[in-house]
Amino acid sequence: MKPIEPPWLVIRSSAWPLSFKINRRAPLVLLGLAVAALLVMIWSVGYGEYPISPLDVIKTILGLPTTNPDDAFVINTLRLPRVIVAFLVGAGLAIAGTILQGLTRNPLASPEIVGVQAGAGLAAVSLIVLFPSLPAFVLPIAAFAGAFIAALLVYGLAWERGSAPIRLILVGVGVGAIASALSSLLITFGNIEDVSQALVWLAGSVYGRTWEHVQALLPWLGVFIPLSLLCARDLNTLNLGDEVARGLGVPIEWQRGLLLITCVALSGASVATAGTIGFVGLMSPHLARQLVGPAHEGLLPTAALVGGLTVALADFLGRSLFAPIELPCGVITAVVGAPYFLYLLYRNRNA
Amino acid sequence: MRKWGDDSNSSTRGKNQPYKFQLVGLVVGIFLLIGCLMLSITLGAADVDLATVWQALTAFDGSTNHLIITNVRLPRALVALLVGAALAVAGALMQGLTRNPLADPGILGISTGAAFAVVLSTFFWGNVSVQVQAWVAFAGGAIAAVSVYLLSSVGRSGITPLKLILAGAVLSYLLSALTTGTLILSQRTLDEVRFWLAGSVAGRDLNILLQVLPYLLIGLVLAFSMGKQITALTLGEDVAKGLGLKTGWVKAIAALVVVLLAGSAVALAGPIGFIGLVVPHIVRFWVGVDYRWLLPHAAVWGAILLSLADLAARLVIKPQELPVGIMTALVGAPFFIYLARSQVKR
Repeated sequence: MKPIEPPWLVIRSSAWPLSFKINRRAPLVLLGLAVAALLVMIWSVGYGEYPISPLDVIKTILGLPTTNPDDAFVINTLRLPRVIVAFLVGAGLAIAGTILQGLTRNPLASPEIVGVQAGAGLAAVSLIVLFPSLPAFVLPIAAFAGAFIAALLVYGLAWERGSAPIRLILVGVGVGAIASALSSLLITFGNIEDVSQALVWLAGSVYGRTWEHVQALLPWLGVFIPLSLLCARDLNTLNLGDEVARGLGVPIEWQRGLLLITCVALSGASVATAGTIGFVGLMSPHLARQLVGPAHEGLLPTAALVGGLTVALADFLGRSLFAPIELPCGVITAVVGAPYFLYLLYRNRNA
Repeated sequence: MRKWGDDSNSSTRGKNQPYKFQLVGLVVGIFLLIGCLMLSITLGAADVDLATVWQALTAFDGSTNHLIITNVRLPRALVALLVGAALAVAGALMQGLTRNPLADPGILGISTGAAFAVVLSTFFWGNVSVQVQAWVAFAGGAIAAVSVYLLSSVGRSGITPLKLILAGAVLSYLLSALTTGTLILSQRTLDEVRFWLAGSVAGRDLNILLQVLPYLLIGLVLAFSMGKQITALTLGEDVAKGLGLKTGWVKAIAALVVVLLAGSAVALAGPIGFIGLVVPHIVRFWVGVDYRWLLPHAAVWGAILLSLADLAARLVIKPQELPVGIMTALVGAPFFIYLARSQVKR
């Protein structure tokens, strides 16, 4: 009898204390997603009032000469950074969402639900409405600080002889409600032009993002995405429940703290760059789980690609659906994400 | 998925009190409510004394003070009273129905549905009258509530607390994203609805109140008459069935009542959160878990709380005023956190 092939691929190293267990399908899925994301991004870069063919886009990015020398300016200065920011933000939010869902063992958890995004939103809205004359570079710093303070509050308030996952979520909902009440206070009384601007920001948009934003985003993703991959095994263990994890020797409070910091850093950096884009952190982990199963080693990178692809696609749709009017990509992700989530609910109807 | 809603019976603290105690409590509450009403009518940007209020009601002479009382203060006080009562009773019903201590009309997407409907109507038809706005809000809230109810009742197991909350949260999120999108497309709409969106009981005249009043009263009466059945439901589906209750019917009617109450509240005052969440918990401390008493007590204390919140909203930054929805959120959200801390032990 032929032995049944295990669905897992185990990668171990004797030199490093590392071992990964991933779904056999994962490499293929990752490749497919990466190709899809590249295609969408190339298509999106070419789209606009000044259309450029996909071939010319590729040539320009690779530095080859094209038929029209203006292409280089349009692509490199105006469109490429925006599309890259969209992808990176999506990836960051998706990883943050995956971590939160693993950590809290709750499929509803995501940065927007536990109040992190609302905290960042409040900080940004107060800056835009109360101090409209401040230079633009302060905004991401404030948003990041807002996200961090909100997360700190949630973790601190949820602490009662340990931090039970469900309490984290519920306290997060409460902190989020306070932050959005204060935001809507500012929206009610602010100067109407400033409020309009703040709303675009609250809806989440990558309009007018430049290479500077890419540069600001990269270090955060570069540090914390690898860190999250290193924690993947502990996420698997935490997923079994606190008692089991403790029994297996995982220092759960430390691990949870570290993972929360990772989550806040990633979602904070994303929100600081593009505003509050909803549903990506909620949705990507679910899609990724359907593709590669629940083990976090394969799940995290898959979710990242799914998230990046989603936001890039949402940005493209937001620009093209009602052109010349531009809808923020956060609105698109919500319109697409909510039906998907309801479908999930329907699929699990007998669970 | 963890069904954290299932342990909600632990939230129903307090002993069931004897009949007399309950009745006395209710009467005391009503007296406190009358006191709040008097404060609400007399205090404000222009202070008037009680004698003038009495004259305005019995011997109206058309003076400025009398006009303020009959056209501004009195309608406003009554709106706050009724909206508070409706929201609190709707919240209590939902907590009983879903056996989830954190349920609230806001969570089921009723408020966001109403808000989106109003924003959409303003976007398409411009500045509609407050009356039309009230009807639009009512319809939007009702549609959202029915959708959430249908969505969460698919499948063999019927409505479970977790499914209801999931469907509500997701629908709310979708609708508020659509609301934000609409507001971005049109600054005019934003300017016209932003005060309403924060929740407010200001500027509603008696006419609108009278239009919505029948629905509100039918809702309240139906709710009060269902106390026994809801109490049985909180013991669990199987127990309720064992007691001979047709649970499907009770749930459907209770859901209808929630739509009536929460819908009229939103139509009158915009999305006001947390009253429906907080009041039932406060009242449980001295009323216990018997819904025959819990519901009327919740109505009285919801009215008291929203009247006080409205009063505070008027006085904090006098002569300007805050939207009362923000006041209730700032008081209610910390209470929500406290509940989450004290009731979720795992």
